[in-house]
Amino acid sequence: MSIKKITLPLTDEIIRELHAGDSVLISGSVITGRDAAHKRLYELIEKGEPLPVDINGEVIYYVGPAPAKPGHAVGPAGPTSSYRMDKYAPALLDRGLKGMIGKGARNAEVVASMVKNGAVYFAAIGGAAALISRSIKSSEILAYEDLGTEAIYRFQVEDFPAVVAIDSSGNSVLVTEPVKSVLHGH
Amino acid sequence: MDIRRIDAAEITAAVKSLFMDMNYNIGSDILKALESAKDNETSETGRSVLSQLIENHKIASSEEVPICQDTGMAVLFVEYGDHVVIENGSFEDAVREGVRHAYIDGYLRKSVVTDPVFDRVNTKDNTPAVIYTEIVKGDKIKILAGCKGFGSENMSAIKMLTPSAGIEGVKKFIMDTVLYAGPNPCPPIVVGIGIGGTFEKAAMLAKKATLRPIDTHNPDERYAALEDELLEAINRTGFGPAGLGGSTTAIGVNIETFPTHIAGMPVAVNICCHAARHKETEI
Repeated sequence: MSIKKITLPLTDEIIRELHAGDSVLISGSVITGRDAAHKRLYELIEKGEPLPVDINGEVIYYVGPAPAKPGHAVGPAGPTSSYRMDKYAPALLDRGLKGMIGKGARNAEVVASMVKNGAVYFAAIGGAAALISRSIKSSEILAYEDLGTEAIYRFQVEDFPAVVAIDSSGNSVLVTEPVKSVLHGH
Repeated sequence: MDIRRIDAAEITAAVKSLFMDMNYNIGSDILKALESAKDNETSETGRSVLSQLIENHKIASSEEVPICQDTGMAVLFVEYGDHVVIENGSFEDAVREGVRHAYIDGYLRKSVVTDPVFDRVNTKDNTPAVIYTEIVKGDKIKILAGCKGFGSENMSAIKMLTPSAGIEGVKKFIMDTVLYAGPNPCPPIVVGIGIGGTFEKAAMLAKKATLRPIDTHNPDERYAALEDELLEAINRTGFGPAGLGGSTTAIGVNIETFPTHIAGMPVAVNICCHAARHKETEI
């Protein structure tokens, strides 16, 4: 299996060359955010207020890391289910977000917004948190410290393993429908 | 049988050890199933994902870090011997302290919020735990514990089927639930199924079923056959490891049952990710 190495930020040129199904190793800087942070960002956007983090050109990783043991840059930090961010993602994509890393399916509105804005959705392996954390070299809080694990962090990652799940043309490699009739009579 | 006195601190220590152990060290049943799935998986991506999951378990165990950042909500099924008296505290407080110490001292994520709708403020120690207690004969306390991640918990469902739905209705509801979950609950999944009892009893049975080793079968051969049939059917869906396609969508299907009412046939499906973490102990 060939693996593409990509270095952030995600330029339009890099994005055009990423195709659904590509295995990638991501290096550079990503921000994190999950349910609670997305809710806050979304509410600010709705009110037309400035965001605490400039998301233009960023890649966001849907994660709530476990606490770091002494000597570790970060605790285990695998992806959380992306669909819970679907309600908020189009608004962030309209603000210039270029990539999302999570696990599982996205809804049609998110895919349409990705195509419109030229963005990519990467799937990391759910549950491979200890392995994934080895590719996260540093972590600092950017915003919403009161949210604890749900705060917005900046991670520096090196060879972070993922798969292009949905590319900027809207092609998906995620299996969201069963491929065969799975039980007799159903 | 004499009354046995157990110090609350002993229960706290046992609970703490259970939750740290289960979060670092996956059961041998799961590891064997992942190894075997890797050998039989038809998709190259699927094999790669399974290899990474196996590697992840090795790292978690050797470094004593959690397998998954979602270290779950603590669930305990307790068989409490009727000859046991707790000294220096109450059973529930002792369990709470054990969970608190495990999650704080063990570098586990604190994922519990106070009020579910309005406040949603983190309790900062992963308490309270969900505790089901059954009083049994004897002078021991047996604890079967799990830490349930919510990526898969959110994909679970319950339905009050009625008797005319029959076995076909049971299968259809279970498969519909698995198909709806699709790639989201971190496949390959473990499916816990509770059939019978009342509304809440079925859900409890389903939870308990996720805590049973996946290399075991229901003792009733009809349900054992249904476990095998459903496992095969789920693996024909093609969702595959991480939902990226393949022949391994589930590694276990466990069914637990209970007598039910003449008018009913409740079925609960509790979906668990591949990191089906559970341990038991006897005090």
